[in-house]
Amino acid sequence: MRQQKQRLKIDATGIHYKDLNTRLRQAVEGGIEQIDLSNVFGQRYIGTDLHRPVEIYIHGTPGNDLACFLDGPRIVVYGNGQDGCGNTMNGGEVIIHGQAGDATGYSMRGGKVFVRDDVGYRVAIHMKEYEGQRPTIVIGGTAQHFLGEYMAGGVLVVLGLTLRPGERHTANFVGTGMHGGVMYIRGKLEDYQLGKEVGQVPMEEADHTLLRELVQEYAAHFDRDAGDILSQPFTKLIPLSSRPYGRLYAY
Amino acid sequence: MDLISLENRYGDDKVYDACGLIGIMDVSGERFSGRDIVTGITNMEERGNGLGAGFAVYGCYPEYADCYAFHVMFTEPDSRSQVEAFLKENFVLVHAEEVPHQILPELPDPPLIWRYFLHANKKRVVEEKDGDELEYIVDKVMALNTSGLGAYVYSSGKNTGVFKGVGHPAQIAEYFGIEEYAGYLWTAHARFPTNTPGWWGGAHPFALLDWTVVHNGEISSYGANRRYLEMQGYHCTMQTDTEVMAYAADFLMRRHSLPVEVAAKVMAPPLWVEIARMTPENQALARTLRQVYGGLLINGPFTVIIARQGEMIGLTDRIRLRPLTAAARGDRLYLSSEEASIRLVSPELDWVWMPMGGQPIVGRLGELIRPPVGATLSIAAQTLTCAV
Repeated sequence: MRQQKQRLKIDATGIHYKDLNTRLRQAVEGGIEQIDLSNVFGQRYIGTDLHRPVEIYIHGTPGNDLACFLDGPRIVVYGNGQDGCGNTMNGGEVIIHGQAGDATGYSMRGGKVFVRDDVGYRVAIHMKEYEGQRPTIVIGGTAQHFLGEYMAGGVLVVLGLTLRPGERHTANFVGTGMHGGVMYIRGKLEDYQLGKEVGQVPMEEADHTLLRELVQEYAAHFDRDAGDILSQPFTKLIPLSSRPYGRLYAY
Repeated sequence: MDLISLENRYGDDKVYDACGLIGIMDVSGERFSGRDIVTGITNMEERGNGLGAGFAVYGCYPEYADCYAFHVMFTEPDSRSQVEAFLKENFVLVHAEEVPHQILPELPDPPLIWRYFLHANKKRVVEEKDGDELEYIVDKVMALNTSGLGAYVYSSGKNTGVFKGVGHPAQIAEYFGIEEYAGYLWTAHARFPTNTPGWWGGAHPFALLDWTVVHNGEISSYGANRRYLEMQGYHCTMQTDTEVMAYAADFLMRRHSLPVEVAAKVMAPPLWVEIARMTPENQALARTLRQVYGGLLINGPFTVIIARQGEMIGLTDRIRLRPLTAAARGDRLYLSSEEASIRLVSPELDWVWMPMGGQPIVGRLGELIRPPVGATLSIAAQTLTCAV
């Protein structure tokens, strides 16, 4: 029979992020597998440099670059994320029970981010993929402008569940500079909302399969009905070129 | 010779980050101590590097509520008698004192700072400015700041005070005893200077009359803005880009009486592709504003909190290259670079939202706080105590 996981509680009140991250590192090196952080108020880079599949439960408002370079841990936030959640994250999971700020998934190159509600500007900017590494972001609400800017790979899903009946996504410049990866957006976007470098294409069977899996995961995290979410049509966006600026300086 | 102590006298070895700002307003007008604003800005100390911090407070001088409160910084202490002679010539001096402070070893060489509570000399206001008292005040502030005396008026509103200097927010708060003041509207700043010097006059907030501005970002249009404002009688003497925002606010919203929403469209105008999709009437307005006030388009990334008596305004550049979170709890409106600082002051919030670029968030005395329609927002009832 498997032993119960070793669990640690830390009250983060007044602890500077350097000290907090040092304590997390020491705890994980000492064999701790689950960590509860309470009273988190803006400490940065939580979860960086841990390299093991530990579980971290954050109560409060983690600071910028949450899960920066994350490589293995699973982070659950009971609160809102700030800017740069999942910055250059390589593997693991971030699950945010709230909203997240600008540049969520910035330069992400692996792992999964789930945000229950809305996100800010430039989400998934410069997200990229390579061979087996395919980063994934699922946004439950809607996004602000420059969604998927310069996106170079990975999967970005926007469900629009916070929109009221009849309300539309208002993000403009979606996929500006995008040159890799795919976006699935529940609902419709007007042409003017798209960057010059992306186009809408029909959903195929493989898209439906992937989307079903991701929506089911989202629904399980936040106690929603996946079937309900999937009953509405999605818009699929892909880049028109893998090198949109290849001829920018070629005269 | 120890070159490091000569060239880097504040020991700021940190060379990257961003400014932090926060504002708290009680729209019912209830005054509260500086404790919350100090807590909030100190939590973002990481965003600055110790080369500037400051506070603005509204409602802080009830005993002199009808006087202009000049805070004057002397880089040349000997010039005080000349400055006071100038003030007595142009104003009725009600009260004068050195701004209370306590010397801290971490803050080397603080300048001498005095405050003067003044009434304008009515006769001169009529003679010089045709009775326009506020224009008269602007004129005298500019005259002192460009006098070459080494004296700078960095706060000149009624019942308003700016307290700022070179240091971390907690140090500047301790230096001036910020927690002992009370007001119904507070803003604060932690500075990371990018390309202008870290000196006491260059710390935020920047102020003129009762306008104050705290800013995160870089105004790349500074030269164009400054030239435009010089033509209108505003002189930039603080060696920092943000100064133009304070004067632009005064010019647009006081002198030209533009509503906040219109002034925001001057400073952060819609993009041409957005203008192309507007109704003909709105297109005409947007084009006219860009033509008439092109010199006050603020280019480059910015988030600002602009305040005056009775009003607090949060605004970002049109593509929001710097962060701003707005939140409300009861009668309190919060604006901050980071939500965590708001939560630290008020763990429970009715609303939290991220304002769109170029869209002003305005709190006004006596008006209910409501997030703008269509704002990205989340209802934020969370318990912050660890339940496990």
